[in-house]
Amino acid sequence: MRPFTYERATSAQAATAKAAATPGARFIAGGTNLLDLMKLEIETPTHLIDVNGLGFDRIDATEDGGLRVGALVLNTDLAADKRVRKDYAVLSRALVAGASGQLRNKATTAGNLLQRTRCPYFYDPNMPCNKRKPGSGCGAIGGFARQLAVIGTSDACIATHPGDMPVALRALDATVETIRPDGTTRAIPIADFHRLPGDTPHNETVLEKGELITAVTLPKPKKGRHIYRKVRDRASYAFALVSVAAVIGKDGQGVVAIGGVAPKPWRLDTADAALPEGAKAAAQRLFEGARPQPDNAFKLTLAERTIASVIAEARGA
Amino acid sequence: MTEGRGAISRRNLLKSGAAGAAVAGSIGPGGVALAQAEAEMPPHARVNVKVNGADHSLDLDTRTTLLDALREHLKLTGTKKGCDHGQCGACTVIVDGRRINSCLTLAVMHEGAAVTTIEGLGTPDNLHPMQAAFVKHDGYQCGYCTPGQICSAVAVIEEIRAGIPSHVTQDIAGKPPLTTLEMRERMSGNICRCGAYSNIAEAMAEVAGVKA
Repeated sequence: MRPFTYERATSAQAATAKAAATPGARFIAGGTNLLDLMKLEIETPTHLIDVNGLGFDRIDATEDGGLRVGALVLNTDLAADKRVRKDYAVLSRALVAGASGQLRNKATTAGNLLQRTRCPYFYDPNMPCNKRKPGSGCGAIGGFARQLAVIGTSDACIATHPGDMPVALRALDATVETIRPDGTTRAIPIADFHRLPGDTPHNETVLEKGELITAVTLPKPKKGRHIYRKVRDRASYAFALVSVAAVIGKDGQGVVAIGGVAPKPWRLDTADAALPEGAKAAAQRLFEGARPQPDNAFKLTLAERTIASVIAEARGA
Repeated sequence: MTEGRGAISRRNLLKSGAAGAAVAGSIGPGGVALAQAEAEMPPHARVNVKVNGADHSLDLDTRTTLLDALREHLKLTGTKKGCDHGQCGACTVIVDGRRINSCLTLAVMHEGAAVTTIEGLGTPDNLHPMQAAFVKHDGYQCGYCTPGQICSAVAVIEEIRAGIPSHVTQDIAGKPPLTTLEMRERMSGNICRCGAYSNIAEAMAEVAGVKA
């Protein structure tokens, strides 16, 4: 690990200003992903700003009937919140499907949104990777791509976003609240938060330098069955090959977001509209223009069948 | 480990925590040119933590993980370093009542925290019930993962009793049942290469007072 200086932030405004003004500065909260990558020297910050003391650790009701989840709320606490379990079950389900108990006790809401890819070529410094080292190429294209993305990719990168929680947030139409170094705040729809790789796969979100996530807001609860179905190589503690976050009513109307298939949680209005027609129709729209690798073409079939299973559960039992 | 690779001198490495402690015996600090070493010294910070009930004030290289602080600075070597990347669970300790991977958190991030390690759960003469159950049910073979397994196991039963749901909880809005299915799922962050899982599950079932 490279040496770095460390400070405990005492105000969000000061933290963002410091982060913007300090080359090599990074925020740290749970640190479960950042420290892992720092040990491998994939992340090499020279200054860490510990934001754990900023108090963004509450879950409050909003005026329009939703919830405002502080950026520092731990994955365990968000999953266990009674209001979330009752009204946003897809979010609870997604959280407990991810990582291990130990990691969920440390990982935060904002940190989970910013989790970096688990592409093996990103993790191996001996391999080319446009995300880790822009311009070095992509070892994954034509390589071992079983875990990687089939849609939303580019010639520069086929990495997936590895998270579970963000897939549920996408289905729930969450909003990411931030504060910028000049003190202004903004609300970013989750659909717009993550970037597709294009020619710049190292730019993963729309966050500006020094911009700090303060909360994630959920609109009022969606009616219908809340389901998160994760398909993976082990029954527990493994990243998704395909995951489906859905809220679907008995009439088949609803929303569906897919994880494990794209550089961001994958959801299309046209696919939602096709849900009453069934999984094939929804999957056709979701994966129109997909460019799978030989190793991961199975994800197209797997996704359709997982959607079918989720629809059957929502409409039937 | 990769600590300090290319960025600081071997001399400074001697002063910078875990890696230093590991090689100090063979090199010895006698030859260090102190002024030069201090000029190149990596950033330090102070942290106050309570470990197994005792207060400690540590001045640490900022890179020191909680795991290395426990093992190399406080000499509490019960907590083990397995993968050092949060995948195996050997480093599991209980911080402010929650089990975490001590390898994936910086010691300096735990100002004022209360840490419980395997040494704080019980002693050879006064075993924690989970330790006694692991012995009785042979919940280990080589024993390397055992401190992490036991810290995790103790916290898992508390998590279920506190009503925290898991991936196998059928009724996500209800209270999770204290069953072996729930305990097994929640132990997935602790790997045992000897494969003592079924005996670990039996030890946990006994402590939880349920049928294995």
